[in-house]
Amino acid sequence: MGENTPFDEMYNADGSVREPYRALSEWLGEQPEKGLALMQVDAEAIFRKLGITFAVYGSEEGTEKVIPFDVIPRIIAANEWRKLSRGIEQRVKALNAFLYDIYHRQEILKAGRIPEKLILNNAAFCPQMMGLEPARGVYAHIIGVDIVRVGPDEFYVLEDNLRTPSGVSYMLEDREAMMMLAPDLFQRSKVAPVETYPENLRRTLESVAPAGAGRNPVIAVLTPGIYNSAYFEHSFLADQMGAQLCEGQDLFVDGGKVYMRTTTGPERVDVIYRRIDDDYLDPLTFRPDSMLGVPGIFDAYRAGNVTLVNAPGTGIADDKAVYTYVPEIIEFYLGEKALLNNVPTYNCTDVDQRAWVLENIGDLVVKEVHGSGGYGMMVGPTSTKAQHEEFKKKIIARPDNYIVQPTLALSTCPTHINNDVAPRHVDLRPYVLVGDEVRITPGGLTRVALKKGSLVVNSSQGGGTKDTWVLED
Amino acid sequence: MRMLGRTAQNLFWLSRYVERAENMARLLEVGYRMSLTSRREGGASEHLVSMLKAAEMDEAFAERHEVADVDTVAHFMMFDPANPSSVYSCLLAARTNARSVRTAITTDMWESMNGAWLEFSQIKPRDVRGAKLLGLLQWVRQRSHEFRGALLGTILRDDGFAFLQAGNFVERADNTARILDMKYYVLLPRSSLVGGEIDIQQWTLILRAASAHRSYGHVYHDRYKAHNIADFLILRTEMPRSLVYCAHFVRDNLNLLARLYGRREACHEAMDDLLKLVEGTNMDQIFAHGLHEFLNDFIDGNNRVTDTLSASYNFY
Repeated sequence: MGENTPFDEMYNADGSVREPYRALSEWLGEQPEKGLALMQVDAEAIFRKLGITFAVYGSEEGTEKVIPFDVIPRIIAANEWRKLSRGIEQRVKALNAFLYDIYHRQEILKAGRIPEKLILNNAAFCPQMMGLEPARGVYAHIIGVDIVRVGPDEFYVLEDNLRTPSGVSYMLEDREAMMMLAPDLFQRSKVAPVETYPENLRRTLESVAPAGAGRNPVIAVLTPGIYNSAYFEHSFLADQMGAQLCEGQDLFVDGGKVYMRTTTGPERVDVIYRRIDDDYLDPLTFRPDSMLGVPGIFDAYRAGNVTLVNAPGTGIADDKAVYTYVPEIIEFYLGEKALLNNVPTYNCTDVDQRAWVLENIGDLVVKEVHGSGGYGMMVGPTSTKAQHEEFKKKIIARPDNYIVQPTLALSTCPTHINNDVAPRHVDLRPYVLVGDEVRITPGGLTRVALKKGSLVVNSSQGGGTKDTWVLED
Repeated sequence: MRMLGRTAQNLFWLSRYVERAENMARLLEVGYRMSLTSRREGGASEHLVSMLKAAEMDEAFAERHEVADVDTVAHFMMFDPANPSSVYSCLLAARTNARSVRTAITTDMWESMNGAWLEFSQIKPRDVRGAKLLGLLQWVRQRSHEFRGALLGTILRDDGFAFLQAGNFVERADNTARILDMKYYVLLPRSSLVGGEIDIQQWTLILRAASAHRSYGHVYHDRYKAHNIADFLILRTEMPRSLVYCAHFVRDNLNLLARLYGRREACHEAMDDLLKLVEGTNMDQIFAHGLHEFLNDFIDGNNRVTDTLSASYNFY
């Protein structure tokens, strides 16, 4: 795994074009000189029009950044996608079963398959959720699974995002832009649609409305407000679904029920797609200093008068330390072998494993257990000797705070760089909805490391995005 | 889908701030023009200070600057973030409100507002002098017109429209009333007998500050007279910045809300009270009652419309 040359998604080793990329390859060949550069300029104009220019709220004065968009789509064949989506569905079902168990009888702990301490002493474990019965038994309704590819038939799950995964608006806007930029390329290919996502999100949310809600449940998207970096996405999704976009101050709890303040008085709310972290959701139950949440909303949830999406406490299932047990979790609840691989992960609290890690640190990736966004991590092969030594010290000081994995050779896709086409490393985040059924949007968000050789795709570290095509048979 | 009280509030203030930015630009333009043509020693400063007074910024200005010259006044009215009514502060507040209700306004409105802010925030204050200042003031007015045009051309005629329109015209009425009140003494009947050089200059100032110096001639076919000027800006229904015009406009939009929501609220009563002031009266009666008192009553009544509107529709 991960040796030498990374897997190129467009070209075989002999230079021939892989089947799914044939139409794209022809199309690239037909582009006039400077064609891609001009398209890139058009793309920026389109994103301004679509509103992406205010995606990241940089400062009080409203200087906003744009996440770079690459005009060459990433392509996944139908059979590749079938395999991926089966694996994803298996994973999200098992993780929801795991959450139900952890917040009820804790059979998996009693069976000794996962150390009790790892769960019960974990900051992501939410004791307030014990014994609560969420609608349809679903905890994580909206999930983003981070996947990397290292070979023609080799996919690895890097992490499961079960709290409030973001980025789905980029998936939708990237497609919108791509259709305007290259309609001719779409005509030659059979691309599975992604624009069904908002409607599917609405159906998923409606399907988990509390028993007392009417035939048309009232849905609200709860945002921390305009200064949140994902505010654009919150307002975009509310708009696309026809749901109300609320801040904490717009909602209140009375008699165990949640209402919003409208121009004509209170209106009952049934389902809340909240984009506020657990800690800030309800100052009466969680952080008392939170100004973003709604006092009493958790009690209304416990009483079954409103559904919170995702449920609080889902973080226990996507914690980096719990991640290593996911194959175990799938086997325990579904009696099946995991279809998608986990990345092998070394446990630094084990003396032998730690010794091996310290010796080979230059080849490994070190991640903080609670880090995200590409911060607090080190990629051995692209780091300096001094950085290696620094992380060795960190691991020795707090072995339980780090997980260590081999450096994966992330696959590459053709990417537009200065009017030329060059391979760059990519990952993939498909979006999954879990309610009355599991709905997986074909494709997802492809993030691309625009710097040559870089393996870090996070937008905070110079990454961009690509439209992601799943071909239909 | 029912509208959040906060959304209604954001829409109301979005329009108010756009209108206020426009009015600030117009006032500064008048002050600047007059300071250029004043032949008396210290006259330029006097005109600028009277402009600051009309904008109710004179005290805040005095706290920050010792001398009122074109540079200090222009900077204070255009760019100073510490001045809550500077064009900078108004555009920022308008855009922040727009961003909060991004889904309740149209793409055209958002692009107009967002574009205005992004362009304005790129301007370096020290580059804006002389002819450039006049150009920029004109630009502010044009962007306000553009936003209003996008609004009128694209938004649904529902409750959101009514809140936007009400905000726009409550602000405009307030602005016209304040301009008149600041110069009310040159409009009193005795001054019209004098009509000296100074008065003509003051009258021009009032008319220009309301973009009314040319339309005055179209309506009155007469030289500037104090009585006519007051009549024009208070009682003429065809003058789009007159008090009576603005009041009617706000009334129509509050009536739209009453129709949509099926009930009248405290703000409708406050609106009736305000209308009583400007309807069924004439300038002779207003002068007899006292122009200054009349204007103060109007400003108070107009504020009551905002207060009751906020309470009636759950602003917070």
